[in-house]
Amino acid sequence: MVTISTERVVLHQAHYRAAQRAKRAQTLLGLVVLVLLIAVAARVGEVDLAKLARNIWRFPAYIAEIMPTLRWATLGADLAEWYWGLGYWLRKLGETLLIAYVGTILGLAGGFSLCFFAARNVTPAGWVLFVTRRYFEFCRTVPELVFALIFVIAFGLGPVPGVLAIAIHTTGALGKQFYEVVENIDMNPLDGVKAAGATWIETMRFAALPQVMSNFASYTLLRFEINVRGAAIMGFVGAGGIGQDLLEAVRKFYYSDVSAMLLLIVATVMIIDMATERLRHYLIGLEQRS
Amino acid sequence: MTRLAPSAMNGGADKGALFSDLDGVRRRHAAILAPNWRARALTAAIAAALAGLFLWGLVVLEFSWLRIWNGLDQLGSFVKLMWPPQYGTEEKLRSYLWAMAETLSIAFLGTLLAAIIALPLSLLAARNVMTSRIIQFFARRSFDTIRGVDTLIWALIWINVVGLGPFAGILAIMTADLAVFGKLFSEAIENADNKPVEGVKSTGGTHAHAVRYGILPQVTPVLISQVLYFFESNTRSATIIGIVGAGGIGLHLAEQIRILEWQHVAFLVLLILAAVAIIDVISTRLRFAIIGRRAT
Repeated sequence: MVTISTERVVLHQAHYRAAQRAKRAQTLLGLVVLVLLIAVAARVGEVDLAKLARNIWRFPAYIAEIMPTLRWATLGADLAEWYWGLGYWLRKLGETLLIAYVGTILGLAGGFSLCFFAARNVTPAGWVLFVTRRYFEFCRTVPELVFALIFVIAFGLGPVPGVLAIAIHTTGALGKQFYEVVENIDMNPLDGVKAAGATWIETMRFAALPQVMSNFASYTLLRFEINVRGAAIMGFVGAGGIGQDLLEAVRKFYYSDVSAMLLLIVATVMIIDMATERLRHYLIGLEQRS
Repeated sequence: MTRLAPSAMNGGADKGALFSDLDGVRRRHAAILAPNWRARALTAAIAAALAGLFLWGLVVLEFSWLRIWNGLDQLGSFVKLMWPPQYGTEEKLRSYLWAMAETLSIAFLGTLLAAIIALPLSLLAARNVMTSRIIQFFARRSFDTIRGVDTLIWALIWINVVGLGPFAGILAIMTADLAVFGKLFSEAIENADNKPVEGVKSTGGTHAHAVRYGILPQVTPVLISQVLYFFESNTRSATIIGIVGAGGIGLHLAEQIRILEWQHVAFLVLLILAAVAIIDVISTRLRFAIIGRRAT
């Protein structure tokens, strides 16, 4: 049996207590900083809990107000009245989806053609990498709606500025995800193709591309789904889609229209969500089988 | 299976033999070398359909060369007018900086509140915590529904409740992120290792004990990392929330764009880029400090 002297136990206890104290002090410091930040942010952000408590009833009241009046006896007529503009709204919703689609394709073209320049392992030159990366950063940090606001003035009202704004943001976002994928590829096929005398473009085409295709497709689908949500609010600044009608309905208190359109948007987003998820799982499955 | 002549398998020296028998190789391995017409046709059809939809979309959305050309021309002149970025008077600068502080406050408090509220709700949606399938199902679907509504729309609704200003922005970010966090947190909780839970239960712990001591310590670093990541992305959302009147720098930005003060626009955009970059650096540092380099 091993005997441990009392002194050692005491020493160990002292060590343990000291470590515990240090950790607690650190946690306490973190908490103090956090509380201070919250206090400052609450002041700057005009947080007014009394006002919130006074007016919180308006939130459920608003939700209740935008709900349509549906009576069982006249359900058909009530539904028809609720969705009186169904044809027009569906057209606008279709436009929203098209904006997202065309914007995604344009952004895909941009991100795809530039991503190989921004990947550390295959880039032709250091300065090319630097410039492409900064370009991607700029594209995805400036919010879509800001681009849309500027483009609306340059290109005129309508879906064109919306598509271009989404395309630019998509270029930045996909570009970053793409070059990260490219940086993780196996370099051996590239050496092989290069050894056979291929140019840089041929090397990318025959050695890099086959390794990254399924990942690229998956990220593009995910981005399309995000862009559908983005396109739904493009109309807020006059850049096409259903957003404009929604904003108008909210501002002019056309209550049941708000819920009708919101429901359409939520349903569409959910369907796109599920469809792209299915497709992505299918694509991942393809990759694992091959 | 037919095989290559042994001499061709010896590599280097006998490569010539392989190439001299190229026709023979093609004949013997016809099945491998033949083009797969069905797969090619399918790929071509999908590509054609996607391209067709794209072109049709361009037509429907009223794209035209003239419009693009004129627009780019205008855009070019805007960019020229943007240089050098300026903020005008001292007073203007102060109001811009204050608006930026508002934006950061909106992002910070919105994210924090969302995380605090989402944590208990995410437990309801996690399969290994919530034993009632019905509650779990409804929690999931509620998250999905809230997520389907954009932050800007939530901002419009909250403006009806607390009036114009940054408070509405905070509540909007909170509502929108609540659902995202709820989903992400519940997924993280479901991915937690089950062994600590069994350990706690085997020593007589209740289900609540198992969640508190078996699951939460495992997932906390992951959750904090996600919250920090969202703080950064919410800084971007908070910059535009002012467009509908919910506080922050978006209001100034939209205004300066509408009155074509391009130098101010450039200044505001640079301010946003700088703020986002700083937040990015801070949140990355904090993430590494809290969870270590491994779990990025």
